[in-house]
Amino acid sequence: MLQPILFAIVTITAFVFAGRQFMKIRQNILLGKDEELEGDSSQRWRNVLLIAFGQKKMFKRFVPAIFHLFIYVAFLFTQVELIEILVDGFTGSHRFFAASLGSFYTFLISFIEILSLLAFVATFVFLARRNLLKVPRFQNPEMKGWPFLDGNIILYLEILLLIGVFSMNGADKVLQGMGAAHYRPTGAFAVSSWLGPALFGGLGESTLIGIERFGWWLHILVVYGFLNYLPKSKHLHILLAFPNTYFAKLNPKGQMSNMPKIQKEVASMMDESAAMDDSGGEEEELFFGANDVTRLGWTNLLNAYTCTECGRCTSVCPANITGKKLSPRKIMMDVRDRAEEVGNNIATGSPDFISEEKRGDGLVLSKENYADGKSLFDYISREEIHACTTCNACVEACPVLINPLDIILQLRRYEILMESAGPSDWLALFNSLENSQAAWAVSEARDAWTAGI
Amino acid sequence: MAELAAEDRQPEVLFWVGCAGSFDDRAQRVTVAFTKLLQKAGVDFAILGQEESCTGDPARRAGNEFLFQMLAQQNIAVLNMYKVKKIVTACPHCFNTLKNEYPVLGGDYEVVHHTQFLKSLLAEGRLKIEGGQFKGKKITYHDSCYLGRANGVYEAPRSVLAALDADLVEMKRCRTTGLCCGAGGAQMWKEDEPGDKRINTERTEEALATGAEIIAVNCPFCLTMMSDGVKLKEQQESVMVYDLAELILNGQ
Repeated sequence: MLQPILFAIVTITAFVFAGRQFMKIRQNILLGKDEELEGDSSQRWRNVLLIAFGQKKMFKRFVPAIFHLFIYVAFLFTQVELIEILVDGFTGSHRFFAASLGSFYTFLISFIEILSLLAFVATFVFLARRNLLKVPRFQNPEMKGWPFLDGNIILYLEILLLIGVFSMNGADKVLQGMGAAHYRPTGAFAVSSWLGPALFGGLGESTLIGIERFGWWLHILVVYGFLNYLPKSKHLHILLAFPNTYFAKLNPKGQMSNMPKIQKEVASMMDESAAMDDSGGEEEELFFGANDVTRLGWTNLLNAYTCTECGRCTSVCPANITGKKLSPRKIMMDVRDRAEEVGNNIATGSPDFISEEKRGDGLVLSKENYADGKSLFDYISREEIHACTTCNACVEACPVLINPLDIILQLRRYEILMESAGPSDWLALFNSLENSQAAWAVSEARDAWTAGI
Repeated sequence: MAELAAEDRQPEVLFWVGCAGSFDDRAQRVTVAFTKLLQKAGVDFAILGQEESCTGDPARRAGNEFLFQMLAQQNIAVLNMYKVKKIVTACPHCFNTLKNEYPVLGGDYEVVHHTQFLKSLLAEGRLKIEGGQFKGKKITYHDSCYLGRANGVYEAPRSVLAALDADLVEMKRCRTTGLCCGAGGAQMWKEDEPGDKRINTERTEEALATGAEIIAVNCPFCLTMMSDGVKLKEQQESVMVYDLAELILNGQ
């Protein structure tokens, strides 16, 4: 009776703590502005199926895609085993599904074991790529310190998990062979039927039960640890890739988002009658572009939490390749870090974070009145956003449809429209566009070239 | 266009020349080449002349939405006044803006890039390639970002090149993974941010490594960037940078 009670306590604690953290992530993502979804939902579901479920874009780089697929498919199927562990844990049963599923159970566990073995290999390959081969995209400046450790911790957890699985199944197989009570025969498992006897053959029954229990508890404790580590790690893509691919923009990549407020403003400047129509409208806040996470769209923030820092974007960025500071991955990491900071500060409820002009009238701290004297520009430098050629290579490269360019554009818009700042070279461009409607100030006529016909 | 409108005539297509095609010396030669091809093919076309303004692409990408909206709405007013249905342009930046960004502002037109238009002229037999002076010559094709990734047009320009009977060699980074020339996002009008090298140098090195004698482009800005790169590498005697329209005209 002790084990089910202990299990219930551990399980409920793990889920409550994880649940709280996931709620906080939800709130942080919703720091972003509301956005309208355009385009038809069948195309969105198609993206979820092909790109998140089907891993389509991963296969642009075949070798990592294969190893990633091993871990991904193993993860998907292990959920069956996990459900069984939950049932067994609460009820005190052992291999609850075995009796009802019969030989299909044998097949299922064997299948999971083969996938786990492949995932085991993949985990070591990934550790080697990060630590021995030092694949360049894991070595950029933004990967120093915590992000690098984060990438390794997840792989270590993976190894622990698999040690748990195989000691649990292996000891079980040996116990089954000895005819131990409670360990009813399940048929031969693909891996542990030979691995179990090889490792644990000849051990006494109580030792074997100890190993089996150790493996079982290790497995579930690593899962709970992972569940609670996940919200702090770069690994949220295992969940968020699905909504992220659903909410990704469907427009052609070259189409930059329209700004209806400015469109209306300009239309009324060009047409007096339109200006008259607008006179009765409410006074809208004049704020353009984004200088902080609360000014970005919520899907931009979903993008940031989905990013798993693989660096495919940065490795194809023409600015980054040629030694400029811009790294699209860093943009995503900075947005997430800033969202965490703002979210944590708002969670304190301290009136110190209410912007000065709004303070004093009994206001509760919220994203609408939040101010801490900082902005996204404390994370992302001007030099970075100025280096972008808007070439869309980063957008194309992302396996889960993250769009760093959309964020860069909003930061540029803030800089130009709100601060009248930006690269001084652009002044000449803007002047000539404004004065002669051409990208260069030239005196010749637009159709002067026709003389050459 | 104004002259045709006065006669109450609609051309088959409006040729959108763009700022580079109008004012840049090198790009003007592409404009002339494409015009000659249109004339050879007997296409009834018009230009806006002085009534054309910049589409606003660099303004919008620099973040200057006010300026973009002013230019775009002015252009849309002119295009709608002439009841323009179909536009062809030799600039992928103009192409992208006209095609994707004008509809929401009330400017709906059928927009094609000149490589797509040339492909259909060749397919319809309105243009023919003769002479075969490119036979066996090594040509590498540089995908522009705004025709390629931004709009998914990869094959039309390649099929135009195939008509030249040349030996097309691809760079390692091509199609969806094509490397930018460095001009987009209004970079054309500013100095580079500090770094190790210029983007056009990186791309030109890749193009030269194919051993091609001709680098074919579809964009006036790529044309500038790649030509500068070739000069920097002191290869301008042996390697030429051409727009597709110029190659087709030479193949006539």
